[in-house]
Amino acid sequence: MSAESLVSQMKFGLDAPICLTWELTYACNLQCIHCLSSSGQRDSRELSTAEAKKVLDELRDLQVFYINIGGGEPMIRRDFFDIVEYSISNRIGVKFSTNGAFIDRARAQQLAAMDYLDIQLSIDGVDAATNDAVRGEGSYAMARRAMDNLAEAGFGPFKISVVVTRHNVDQLDGFKAIADSYGAQLRVTRLRPSGRGADSWHNLHPTNDQQMQIYKWLLANGENVLTGDSFFHLNALGEPLPGLNMCGAGRVVCLIDPIGDVYACPFVIHDQFKAGSVRDEGGFAKVWKQSDLFLSLREPESAGACSSCGNYDACQGGCMAAKFFTGLPLDGPDPECVTGYGASQLANVPVGIAPKPAMDHTKPITFTRKKPASV
Amino acid sequence: MSVAPAPGLAEALGRRLELHPQVALRPEPFGALAYHYGNRRLIFLRHRDIVRVVEELGSHDTLEASLTACDVAPNRWPSFVKALQSLETSEVIRER
Repeated sequence: MSAESLVSQMKFGLDAPICLTWELTYACNLQCIHCLSSSGQRDSRELSTAEAKKVLDELRDLQVFYINIGGGEPMIRRDFFDIVEYSISNRIGVKFSTNGAFIDRARAQQLAAMDYLDIQLSIDGVDAATNDAVRGEGSYAMARRAMDNLAEAGFGPFKISVVVTRHNVDQLDGFKAIADSYGAQLRVTRLRPSGRGADSWHNLHPTNDQQMQIYKWLLANGENVLTGDSFFHLNALGEPLPGLNMCGAGRVVCLIDPIGDVYACPFVIHDQFKAGSVRDEGGFAKVWKQSDLFLSLREPESAGACSSCGNYDACQGGCMAAKFFTGLPLDGPDPECVTGYGASQLANVPVGIAPKPAMDHTKPITFTRKKPASV
Repeated sequence: MSVAPAPGLAEALGRRLELHPQVALRPEPFGALAYHYGNRRLIFLRHRDIVRVVEELGSHDTLEASLTACDVAPNRWPSFVKALQSLETSEVIRER
């Protein structure tokens, strides 16, 4: 079977997801301005330990090979290690994303002793100035400390995950150098206008010239750098990038959010892309196999407004989440369409019509009040 | 088959192979997905017949016996040997 026909097979969906993201909590010590899940405060409806283990039992039965755990900051959950160990003991490998706040020397050693565990540390700049502007004061030093601790504990090749923005495109070589210095693997992914990213995307997303820069860098370095296959919209620039050239939402990918709701992908936390809940009768398996939303995503899609463009086969119309949260129609160009069709459409989207994310767990802004002056 | 198999092929058919113990196979409409828990690579097995052969490898003394047990016609053996070589490179299967 050729690679092309494999892609067409995958578009009809798999018996179980390959890449399942599970955000364990909406609680987070950081408030990154591009957070795809608008995390900050814990949600009182979050899955209990027993419920989480029940989901893992289901994933084991479905032969899900590994899960990507995220949040929020997943290590905030008191049962974090309990859940991870339960998963691994059921032969479901775990990769978890963290900002590193809780990886001190002792934790690093505990993590290094575990098999089938990958860790992905997030930074969005090669220096504190670039990183902290997006991820918050002190977050760069915190992540580097966690990397140092993991390296010292002999964890092995962890991953360093970067969201590519207008402000760090020029640092791609620098990120690679940091990863190499730890013997780590670099992962770069595309910024989406999801969660709090809906508000920051317009100021953060790479310019059109920078997209060419990313494309060339990925062509030169792509074999050694992970991308989550998230840059396939750039394939319209020429030779295809390594990886799967398709949107996997509901076909090979999905998201379980902290309260057990199942969405088509991690970047579309919105009712329109909610397929069901692991708490429903039939659990996750029924949602994956039978939900109307996922079945419809596995239908052949129409190129819509892109059908007259010769690049559609290369870019597949881009990312569903990127279109949705910028107010563009789903059967039209991606807002970052390299031919510029998206940008011109974006200019015509009336202010305020873009859909808002379903939930916002951002911590409320608190003003510290000085003691009232005595009168 | 009336013609004797090429020397390389004969050697390959006599090998004792097995599914790598760190690999899990998951059936899919197009064949199967293989996941290696050691190197964390995901590999696609793009035909149901090759999946059956891979599953049978450990139960037979030679690759030829596995192919016969799976009713794979001898004229298809060279392509199966080639496919299995690539699976061995990705550590989906290994020598016993």
